[in-house]
Amino acid sequence: MADTAHGRGPGSGDHGGSRRDFLVLASGAMGAVGAAAAAWPFIHYWNPSADVLALSSTEVDVAPIQEGQAITVTWRGRPVFVRRRTAAEIEQARAIKPADLPDPQDDAVRVKKPEWLVLIGVCTHLGCVPLGQKATEARGEYGGWFCPCHGSHYDTSGRIRKGPAPKNLPVPPYEFTGDTTIRIG
Amino acid sequence: MSAPQSQNALIRWIDHRMPIFTFMHHELHEYPAPKNLSYWWNFGSLAGIVLVIMIVTGIWLAMHYTPHVDYAFQSVERIMRDVNYGWLIRYLHMNGASMFFLVVYIHLFRGMYYGSYKYPRELLWILGVVILLLMMATAFMGYVLPWGQMSFWGATVITNLFSAIPLFGDPIVTWLWGGFSVDNATLNRFFSLHYLLPFLIVGVVFLHLWALHRFGSNNPIGIDTKGPQDSIPFHPYYTIKDAFGTGVFLLVFAGFVFFAPNFFGEPDNYIPANPLVTPAHIVPEWYLLPFYAILRAIPDKLTGVIAMFGSILLLMALPWLDTSRVRSATYRPIYKQFFWVFVVDCLVLGYIGANPPEGWFIVIGRIATAYYFIHLLIIIPLLGKLERPLELPASISTPVIGSGAAQPQAARMEKP
Repeated sequence: MADTAHGRGPGSGDHGGSRRDFLVLASGAMGAVGAAAAAWPFIHYWNPSADVLALSSTEVDVAPIQEGQAITVTWRGRPVFVRRRTAAEIEQARAIKPADLPDPQDDAVRVKKPEWLVLIGVCTHLGCVPLGQKATEARGEYGGWFCPCHGSHYDTSGRIRKGPAPKNLPVPPYEFTGDTTIRIG
Repeated sequence: MSAPQSQNALIRWIDHRMPIFTFMHHELHEYPAPKNLSYWWNFGSLAGIVLVIMIVTGIWLAMHYTPHVDYAFQSVERIMRDVNYGWLIRYLHMNGASMFFLVVYIHLFRGMYYGSYKYPRELLWILGVVILLLMMATAFMGYVLPWGQMSFWGATVITNLFSAIPLFGDPIVTWLWGGFSVDNATLNRFFSLHYLLPFLIVGVVFLHLWALHRFGSNNPIGIDTKGPQDSIPFHPYYTIKDAFGTGVFLLVFAGFVFFAPNFFGEPDNYIPANPLVTPAHIVPEWYLLPFYAILRAIPDKLTGVIAMFGSILLLMALPWLDTSRVRSATYRPIYKQFFWVFVVDCLVLGYIGANPPEGWFIVIGRIATAYYFIHLLIIIPLLGKLERPLELPASISTPVIGSGAAQPQAARMEKP
């Protein structure tokens, strides 16, 4: 009894312990694979569910928006800015050389039609919604948007010009489904 | 390998200040267990594993469940259809409840067969019955949460049991409901308690284990270990035996989850709750059926409720109802037969509980109910006085090793 309780008995012919080691390693590896396979459904459970993914595109009618105005629509639970830029604002956005910007990007690649600017309205610093959608709101030093949380200034192309935010306001995937309708997502 | 001698300096540092590693080593590794434990002794650790599975899947379900009368049913259907692997986690939880009771009932009958409730394990047994009661309350409230027809009417019927209380019955039921019928307030408090009670169960499980480890496990022979020659360390001998049993159990569990997930369920619970229409035939989940049968066997409302709760509470008195000092039914030839009659009686009660209370079902239900109490209150106490038990072996090792022979069967065959 004492022999079995204390591992290998004398004369078992198992001097290197290789057989036992193999069994321990094989069952341990099998257990690890099983645990990982069992963990995956619990991890994936946290990912967006089918009904959330189904809501991932938004149709917008932009016809009522006058030049110089902007609207905010919701896409995937976040604000999307749709702004009809004036000729002066477009000119202002295109006047600067991209290389001089913190996050160099040409205005032409950020729009499909120069008049219409579509942006995800979430500050790239820490996720606040910048001001500037209404003419009465602060638009920052560059006439675009201003984030009141930590003072980031965006220009009329939604590019970061001043403040702690590292990136330009991102452009969501969208397309014009008609002259005045946009599908975001 | 003991923690104080561990090679790891951090483990030694912690263990010196809070000897948790020494404790775990003592209780989970070197813990001496009788060397003759059979597979019937797997069901305690299995119950613990199912409890963990239930808590984990339950916490995950709560992440997508909405405890509101207008959304509860939809949120469960959303978990089933839209949430990633929601169907799997819900079916694990749903069938896990049935598996939990299956395992615990086997555990309980094993204790009855081998007299595990007798001195010095009475408190261990009582704590087990407390766990069973908490499990029943938890399971009942969990069944209400999907807010289907069976949920609603099960909640109505079970809470109405308390209306049998003289004088204060109706105010108590109103208080339980938080209104004048089972409604949103009821659903919310049931959700809250359904989340709380499993953690209370975990607490009582720790007390159960504490009491267990005071004297160690009973064993199939039912006599105490007489020294180190009668026991083996828990690890690796019983960890590996428990692990193997767990593997077999998980196969059965997975079989239900993947191939018959609604085997234990009622189709009516996939109809949203309707407070204006009672389903034609309402039954509780299978694990409550024997007690439901006892409730219905007695024509008087208050007596029926008392009998139903009494049938469970009476189990707590079993250590004192049983007057025999011999633990294992192996050495009690008459008790062994009555034990199996009692098992059949419980199964009959379950069968009656699943059927409508009419015709012969009523008669059989009453006989089976009467026998349940006769077994516990008359047969068990009398048997201890009247029965002549077989001679007990001198030690756990004797029936195995005998007089030098390795196996009794082999030894017997060799004899002329």
